[in-house]
Amino acid sequence: MHDKSEHSPPIDLGSIHHPDHGRKHWRALEETLAGRPESERHCADQPEPNDGMSRRQFVTLMGASLALAGLSGCSVKPAPSTEIVPYVHQPQGMTPGRPQYFATTMTFAGNAVGLLVESHAGRPTKVEGNPDHPASRGATDTFHQASILTFYDPDRAQTVTQTGQTRTWSEAWAAIRPAMLRQRESRGRGLRVLTETIVSPTLAQQLEALLRELPEAKWHVYEPVSRDAALAGTRLAFGELVNPIYDFHRADVVLSIDADFLQCGPGSLRYAADFMDRRRVRATAADAKRATMNRLYVVETAVSCTGAKADHRLALRPSQIEDFARAVATKLGIHSGGAVAGSLDPWVTAIASDLGSHRGHCLVVAGDRQPPMVHLLAHALNDRLGNVGSTVSYVPVVDARPVDRVESLRNLTRAMDRGEVELLLILGGNPAYTAPADLDFVKQLQKVSLRIHHGLYVNETSYQCHWHLPETHYLEAWSDARAFDGTASIVQPLVQPLYQGRSAHDVIAMFAGSTETPGREIVRSYWQHHWGRQHGQEGFEQFWQDALHDGVIANTASTPKHVGLKDGWQTPLASGRAKSSPAEQTESDGLEIVFQPDPTIYDGSWANNGWLQELPKPVTKLAWGNAAIMSPKTAGRLDVTIGPYAHGGEHGGYSMPVLELSLDGRKMQMPAWIMPGHADGVVTVYLGHGREQAGRIGGAAGRNVGFNAYRLRTAEHVWHSGGLHVVKTAESQLVACTQAHQSMEGRDLVRSATLARFRASPNFVMTDEFEHEHGELREPRGSLTLYEPFDYAAPKHRWGMIIDLTTCIGCHSCVVACQAENNIPVVGKGQVLRGREMHWLRIDRYVEGPADKPTHFFFQPVPCMHCENAPCEYVCPVEATVHSDDGLNDMVYNRCVGTRFCSNNCPYKVRRFNFHLYADYATPSRRLQFNPDVTVRSRGVMEKCSYCVQRIRRAEIDSRTEQRSIVDGEILTACQAACPVQAIVFGDINDTRSTVRRWKESPLHYGLLADLNTNPRTTYLAALRNPNPEIDT
Amino acid sequence: MPQMFPKSANILAGASLLVGLLLLASLTWSGLVYTRSSYGTGTAVAVVQPVPFSHQHHVGVLGIECRYCHTSVEHSSFAGIPPTKTCMNCHSQIWVGSQMLEPVRESYRMDRSLRWQRVYNLPGFVYFDHSVHVQTGIGCSSCHGRVDQMPFTYQVPTLLMEWCLDCHRDPASRLRPREEVFNMKYEVPANQRELGQQLIERYGVRSPSRITSCSACHR
Repeated sequence: MHDKSEHSPPIDLGSIHHPDHGRKHWRALEETLAGRPESERHCADQPEPNDGMSRRQFVTLMGASLALAGLSGCSVKPAPSTEIVPYVHQPQGMTPGRPQYFATTMTFAGNAVGLLVESHAGRPTKVEGNPDHPASRGATDTFHQASILTFYDPDRAQTVTQTGQTRTWSEAWAAIRPAMLRQRESRGRGLRVLTETIVSPTLAQQLEALLRELPEAKWHVYEPVSRDAALAGTRLAFGELVNPIYDFHRADVVLSIDADFLQCGPGSLRYAADFMDRRRVRATAADAKRATMNRLYVVETAVSCTGAKADHRLALRPSQIEDFARAVATKLGIHSGGAVAGSLDPWVTAIASDLGSHRGHCLVVAGDRQPPMVHLLAHALNDRLGNVGSTVSYVPVVDARPVDRVESLRNLTRAMDRGEVELLLILGGNPAYTAPADLDFVKQLQKVSLRIHHGLYVNETSYQCHWHLPETHYLEAWSDARAFDGTASIVQPLVQPLYQGRSAHDVIAMFAGSTETPGREIVRSYWQHHWGRQHGQEGFEQFWQDALHDGVIANTASTPKHVGLKDGWQTPLASGRAKSSPAEQTESDGLEIVFQPDPTIYDGSWANNGWLQELPKPVTKLAWGNAAIMSPKTAGRLDVTIGPYAHGGEHGGYSMPVLELSLDGRKMQMPAWIMPGHADGVVTVYLGHGREQAGRIGGAAGRNVGFNAYRLRTAEHVWHSGGLHVVKTAESQLVACTQAHQSMEGRDLVRSATLARFRASPNFVMTDEFEHEHGELREPRGSLTLYEPFDYAAPKHRWGMIIDLTTCIGCHSCVVACQAENNIPVVGKGQVLRGREMHWLRIDRYVEGPADKPTHFFFQPVPCMHCENAPCEYVCPVEATVHSDDGLNDMVYNRCVGTRFCSNNCPYKVRRFNFHLYADYATPSRRLQFNPDVTVRSRGVMEKCSYCVQRIRRAEIDSRTEQRSIVDGEILTACQAACPVQAIVFGDINDTRSTVRRWKESPLHYGLLADLNTNPRTTYLAALRNPNPEIDT
Repeated sequence: MPQMFPKSANILAGASLLVGLLLLASLTWSGLVYTRSSYGTGTAVAVVQPVPFSHQHHVGVLGIECRYCHTSVEHSSFAGIPPTKTCMNCHSQIWVGSQMLEPVRESYRMDRSLRWQRVYNLPGFVYFDHSVHVQTGIGCSSCHGRVDQMPFTYQVPTLLMEWCLDCHRDPASRLRPREEVFNMKYEVPANQRELGQQLIERYGVRSPSRITSCSACHR
């Protein structure tokens, strides 16, 4: 427990940050405000979450618990007796004690990605990407990693319910069947089905068959985060709906118009990998002159991961972006008008000439939030620049029903209002929570006489329905899906349903009145038919087995379509600005607002996932909730200042003023947050928070997590709107943010340079600018130690890790992967506010340049450095942290007595302490997820990154039993395996042919705080950028 | 003032100091003895099982090889407890009416697993791997004792960390040729140290410092 004053003052960084010779990196605004007088930096009446415990009480309790702890340490037997429960019939191909891997597919927001799921004795524990699947290539994103926790979520819907009462499937069917029979008589006139995006060919076929049978029934599609504008854009350009597929391998110059292609949307994992392949510099000092990189321009409003990686990033209000796109197009010979402010002229000229000089090797990508007009411009630009067929191709859309989502929901609400809907089946989704506020969806829903919701959770929509049918998770039901490029794969279950869930296939089959067919048969017969059309009945069994085994159905990727710009495509351009772009505004007008899906809990469907709630949002570093994000300049205008941090000890909780946002008469309140690099005059809010019926993690009425921004969102302005009015209230709220946690006090931690500088002086990371600080050498000449030096010579392994800061996109996939692999607990907002989150791997975000106009962003993943001269080891009184013979910094949990000296002495602040019993031993379903190869830590124990030692030892043992040596690349740490851009490499430094050894020899290689003589095993490659010399930033 | 204590009190004081010290030493000693005792470690205690399975009968008398039942011992951390199907391979033919075997038949009939009591309980933070020990020439009987002479299976070693380290610090004293691993009647030869050194070379057994690293067993 901290013995600090109630409101410990922020550390005065003024004296130590911004060393005159270093780069101007900083992390939190608070650091740049360090020069301000103390009184301004924190207010005396800030709320301090109260433990409700006095010092005396604490000492009393502590004494009692110490005595009890001593008792509990005594046990009669060394370990409790356990049972061994063997199979009756052991399944084929299964070795007790070894995990099995099964290929399956996860579909989320219309984005199907192939996965390999690890299963221990029949319970799935960890998700990895399927290297054979085109949308994964072995990588995963945060949602895939976290899906395993959702699978074991005890709050998932477990039984059929009728207005809250437990029922059975047969009771549900008995109630629904008469209504269905009536619909059959009227050819389905009163039947409506509302689904989310469906990319399963089998389910699409089932729904279409149902519609053929009941021709007057209707199928609506709604999803709050949709790609409506992108599809409408292709219709404007080509006269038909197509899906653009990008080949970033071939693109030298990329212009992203508000497209976060590295982080969001179908194919993003693949795009990130391809894009970073062209950015990775592995030149030696000798051939540095030949090093090349692609170049990325990003125009956007809020800072995204893609924007953070841009060589040139321009922050514009949503209302300015279309004009900017028009101006670039005009420069490249597409007469589309579009005037931009004089200060932007050099940008337009430089981008246009850079694109123009890379014809056929450049790419323009428009984001899903941009209006169709911007997409039209992007297609026209790619056409004019000769990119079609090279960097961009067009394939048929995989979405089974590519209708305008908002329009479709509006039609449904109108029909409900007119009383035309008698039976509504809602398959998945949560429209009662996510529908645009002006549609009055919930009110109209009440006019439907029988409402049925099928979903994973009993959510806001279920409460508005008569029946809730529990849905199966993708790990427990059969299905199939098409990836962004059309490649089909099977969704293969790993276990029988945990609860009484049934899949959408089962429900539709039930509605279609077919006899009960197992889901597997439904999917299998679809593909049997598919196979039969091409090959007859011969060989289907082999085809099916291959499809299941490989996780990909061979030869199902779509062939690119030849589409050309349709006649008269320019007409819409002449008609002026699109309606959905808000009109130009001036300072005196209201602000603009941008709605974005939350980077970690998306549209709210992941709200009950503790890993994702606690995961810091990639750029803002907020956790557990949302805030109104704005630029420092806008904040100044609204008289908002970043609040003081509210706790003693490490940072974590900031007290922020609460703002009242009003838009078209709709009001809501949420705390403010200031983000450098955000466009001025705009407020960005994340959707998906403030759930009323999410569960014990995601909140319920009265104890919401964050604020529901859907309340401001209308069908007219789905993504952005003008006319926002913001008033600062007198209240303030604590915002959990890991931004300035474990501050490294302004030293040169990320080293970076331009490509030009690297070419001129390849060894720049070792130049004076970086090498010296406080008169000390940055890189020690040799390992200086008083202790007997360790001998790591071969045949010993010398495990090491390198993280490439050029390619890291800050997506945080590694952080969740680490959490899943290493049984890392969730601590909750209260503990994050105290800086006690347990992530073994964190990603620091640095900003370069002035606060009101930052030039660049950097991400730096920081796991344990496994120092050869580890400062933590010297101070441990019980030798609970010691060196292993191969140089790992081991953590021995059963020796740890919790002095926390090690954490105190760690210069990297990567050690995590179990202040309370964070591990969830109690929830039965939750326990099933734990990785059996890793100890679940209890209270009072220190923990930290182990380099996934369980995987190292597994590989060592396997290599010994198979009598071979370990192959480079055989051991993938969890973070490395999940990384979409291969920014993390792990291996044996003693092996001269290993990748890690080659990277260590790169001129870009440097150690973090190596001047401390820690001799870290985890090291970095400096960040390179490739800016256009014509743009002066 | 006269002396309060008689002279004999000196002896008493000295004696009580001595007794106190002895008491402390004996407490420490009994603590150490207790942790190593059969009661504290659970050694030599026959565990009650749902079926009174006799290794003595199956291994010693019938000569069934270890790997017939413990199939994964060479490939997995877990040696494997046989599925009921393995029992029924023979017991659907012999002893079909035995009352003793009713739980086995019931398990097979009802498709319900037998629930065996674990004899060798390791603490949760210890990750023992059978496969690597078998591959490097540690015999079954080195840890499990002469199971061919056990009517009821019991734990032979203490399973204390010092017991593990005895061998990890000096593997040469315990290694045997791989082909002798499953031999219950294997006798330690006179030239064990010499043989052990040869086997360390042959099987590439890693140095004591590597196999006594904490993370070799604790993760």
